[in-house]
Amino acid sequence: MKTCLVVDDSRVVRMVARKILEGLSMKVVEAEDGQQALDRCDESMPDAVLLDWNMPVMSGIEFLRALRSKADVTQPIVVFCTTENDMAHIQEAISSGANEYIMKPFDSEIIESKFSQVGLL
Amino acid sequence: MNVSDFDMITRILRERSGLVLSKDKAYLIESRLNPVARKWQFKNFDDLASALRLGNDEKLLRDVTEAMTTNESFFFRDSKPFDQFKAIVLPHLINARASKRSFRIWSAACSSGQEPYSLAMILKEAGASLSGWRIEIVATDLSTEILQKAQEGAYSQFEVQRGLPIEYLVKYFKQEGERWMIDPSIRQMVTYKTFNLLEDPMALGTFDVVFLRNVLIYFDQPTKSQVLAGIARNMPADGFLYLGGAETVLGISDSFQLIPGQRGIYGLIPSGAAAAKSAVG
Ligand SMILES: C[S@@+](CC[C@H](N)C(=O)[O-])C[C@H]1O[C@@H](n2cnc3c(N)ncnc32)[C@H](O)[C@@H]1O
Repeated sequence: MKTCLVVDDSRVVRMVARKILEGLSMKVVEAEDGQQALDRCDESMPDAVLLDWNMPVMSGIEFLRALRSKADVTQPIVVFCTTENDMAHIQEAISSGANEYIMKPFDSEIIESKFSQVGLL
Repeated sequence: MNVSDFDMITRILRERSGLVLSKDKAYLIESRLNPVARKWQFKNFDDLASALRLGNDEKLLRDVTEAMTTNESFFFRDSKPFDQFKAIVLPHLINARASKRSFRIWSAACSSGQEPYSLAMILKEAGASLSGWRIEIVATDLSTEILQKAQEGAYSQFEVQRGLPIEYLVKYFKQEGERWMIDPSIRQMVTYKTFNLLEDPMALGTFDVVFLRNVLIYFDQPTKSQVLAGIARNMPADGFLYLGGAETVLGISDSFQLIPGQRGIYGLIPSGAAAAKSAVG
């Protein structure tokens, strides 16, 4: 079973994402901000990260850069999931190492389509 | 809706688009035709039915037929067929058409354009290996309204998130407010035409690859057979036919068979299969 780390400061979003991902037979771990997410990754590297952009303490993009700079780890697949829905943000995410990008609002179909595109399903 | 209205409307639909509706789909007729009744300012569904019964308003008949079609489509729908196109069909054509450097693709029920544009993006990505080639993508549909949307190439945020890889969104779309516009370089690769699959496709010319996906399911057996026979007649011996995930040629056509090891792609019997074998190697 693959593990997905859901990083979002909204409890509701984490809950909805968890429901969808568990429905796709993934194990879900949660974090409320980028720093917590890095800690989770240090404990145990997930297969995938579903990542919000704007969060207190550490943003999604800062987390992603820190994650991608880690050597000697198996890098997870990172899928942004954010209300930032303009081309500039998408480009910045990709050049920082994101594999896919979901613009909120999302639903189970979009998550499933994106996760299978990057080979997680 | 009474039985005679149901019979009258389903007969219109069957004759004009091939759509077959069973009795349990009567609710679908009302829910999709109520908006048409409002648009035409009929008092209610019964008045629309009476007008249809007269059968003399071509525009109304067309509106009703189009309103009953299902237009749902996604970019790179089911992904696998498009992977196969890249891995098997395209290399075969590049090889087999090397002397004339041209081939033609038909997206035969293209709806809002996601299918032909997905193919256009794949061809664009193939870049150098196709430089100097003349490749035509002809995309047709019964519905002129949906073709207008296809031609415009404007998609909602929701539509560009179903099946379209993010790199392609960045590379081939431009954001305009709420809408995502496909790049003119991709749009210009596709030629749109109105075409009813119940007609003989001969006038469209021959096609090396036909995408006929998620439309046969709406037709009855004789109509399916007739459509496939027309396609077979207008295809070279090593052509490729794509059907939707829930569709098959089994029991419908003697002209096509599955290409060995490739679920969902069909070739003409027997040489189509032989050509594909040589493409697979
Ligand atoms: C579900 S869409 C399929 C779109 C695309 N091929 C795909 O697989 O995503 C079906 C399309 O078939 C078209 N259609 C239905 N009957 C037709 C007919 N008799 N001739 C041409 N197109 C037809 C409808 O207008 C609709 O756009």
